[in-house]
Amino acid sequence: MAKLSVKAPLGAEHEESLRGRTQQTFFPATQEENYTYPDSVEVNFKKRAEFDAAPMTATQINERIRALMAEGNGHIVVHNPMAKHGIGVGLLNKLRLEFRGSLGYFGCGLLDGPYVTISGRVGWSCAENMLAGVIVIEKNAGSTFGAALRGGDLVCKGDVGARMAIDQKGGTIIVGGRCGSFCGFMMQRGRMIILGDTGNNLGDSMYDGTIYVGGKIGSLGVDAVPGELTEVEAAWLKRKLDTYGLKAPNGVENLKKIVAGRQLWNYDKLEPTEKKIAL
Amino acid sequence: MCGIAGVIHRGSRADVGFEMTSMLRALKHRGPDSTGFALYGQPQRGEFVLRFKVAEQEDMSKGFDIHRQVVERRAEVDRRIAQMGGEIVMEEPATEYAFRYQLRFKPGTMNSLEAYKKFADYIEDIDGAEILSLGHALELIKDLGDAERVSGDYKLSQFKGTHAIGHTRMATESDVDIRSAHPYWAYPFMDVSVVHNGQLTNYWGFRRQLEHRGHRFMSNCDSELIAVYLADRMHRGANLEEAMHASVAELDGVFTYLVATSDKLGMAKDTMAAKPMVLFESSDLVAMASEEVAIRSIFPKEIDTWDPYDGEVRVWQS
Repeated sequence: MAKLSVKAPLGAEHEESLRGRTQQTFFPATQEENYTYPDSVEVNFKKRAEFDAAPMTATQINERIRALMAEGNGHIVVHNPMAKHGIGVGLLNKLRLEFRGSLGYFGCGLLDGPYVTISGRVGWSCAENMLAGVIVIEKNAGSTFGAALRGGDLVCKGDVGARMAIDQKGGTIIVGGRCGSFCGFMMQRGRMIILGDTGNNLGDSMYDGTIYVGGKIGSLGVDAVPGELTEVEAAWLKRKLDTYGLKAPNGVENLKKIVAGRQLWNYDKLEPTEKKIAL
Repeated sequence: MCGIAGVIHRGSRADVGFEMTSMLRALKHRGPDSTGFALYGQPQRGEFVLRFKVAEQEDMSKGFDIHRQVVERRAEVDRRIAQMGGEIVMEEPATEYAFRYQLRFKPGTMNSLEAYKKFADYIEDIDGAEILSLGHALELIKDLGDAERVSGDYKLSQFKGTHAIGHTRMATESDVDIRSAHPYWAYPFMDVSVVHNGQLTNYWGFRRQLEHRGHRFMSNCDSELIAVYLADRMHRGANLEEAMHASVAELDGVFTYLVATSDKLGMAKDTMAAKPMVLFESSDLVAMASEEVAIRSIFPKEIDTWDPYDGEVRVWQS
């Protein structure tokens, strides 16, 4: 493991200075007050509301969440979401949102700010385009998990399907179990931690970003290459996993690091012979 | 995009007609064009269940003569069954153009794949006639409309059996008609049916190969290829699971499909895992669907589900 002279202070993980543009921070915690939306509401985290979503449509559930937020509830518990699609989406607000059950497709997409926990499973495309916030899923997740993620932490404690983090642009995705094929396809920024095995073509055509794997890698995709884990990264990984009660199977020091080989950068400008080498 | 669903009970019979209706109703948004069921009941020893149609639903509103033609076609089916040594033990008209027969044949006349094929070919030689299924346990029903309508028209919600697969179709590559609706019977194999979600890109090449080997295609729907492909593989000695593994290697495109036999239900997913499938497995039963919301329609409680992975093949026994 390579040693770096820079040691990140505890609690300042968003300001660590690591290698490459991938590691840049777009929304440092110290500036969070600068980022508010015109329609965001003041909520009190001690004010709690709950409702049964079983007889409701997805639209009714989303409207109910917004109505409860408008009443100042900072902690909302949704019972029996019954794997309905597109719920908990587009919340641009501070909020503690708790789903007791499973979500269907496109759950919790386009979030900016909430802290969400889901006791069940999520279907395809959970947390798509999330800008900031935290989502913790206790069970499994479907394919295209965290597609185009831009920021925040997305955690699945179980297994995840194929094409996770496709087009990831930032943030951190953590998987407690294994994942399917083509995860990290065209990844551009951010970090992905998979504690179990991966499917084939991991990190295919990734442009930048970093992938850490605790289990066996099915195969690496085009232009995804092994990298060298640094002490700073190991410390960050440990803190990040501790935050969510997860452990690397053989310790964070033994996580495999995968980065972009950068052979595909400026691909269009390469000569035909160079393109063959890159692929 | 289509929706597919399956349920299999281990060692017991249940209301699979009602369960499949509920699951397909929950998947209606994935395809409203047609709905199909393959329900597996108690095998009748020595008797065959024949499901067939003699016209398309849309034909019934075209012209003045179709009603007379339907009667004549059905009479011809009856005549040919008798000619082939068959006796109609029970007959149920499901609609004006689709029927269910229970048949008994003289000993020694319907006991080989060649005999099934000859029977099916002779019946389908009648203008407008198509055998939807032939077997001892399989009842294959498909028609235009959503699950509510098809299940109601064909009185499926009372059906008891061990397992079932179903399909809601969004027509993308062939017509909106019964011929192009799923499930497909794996002609001429008794009790084998297939539902599929996806697109096959080497359809025409494989179809030509299979036609050269004597298999028949009733539609231009790429999904039919899977049924015929599996039938061909099994005819050449493979068991169901082997045939399914071969399909994952040889069929090109994106697909998830379900296949059922008289006592098994299988699932296969392409090597890119491009089409969805969610599984729930307990000691009593296994349920699967394109979306979890369909499984929830028969399990209104918290359950553990997961996605099968790329290239995965699973087979369950009833």
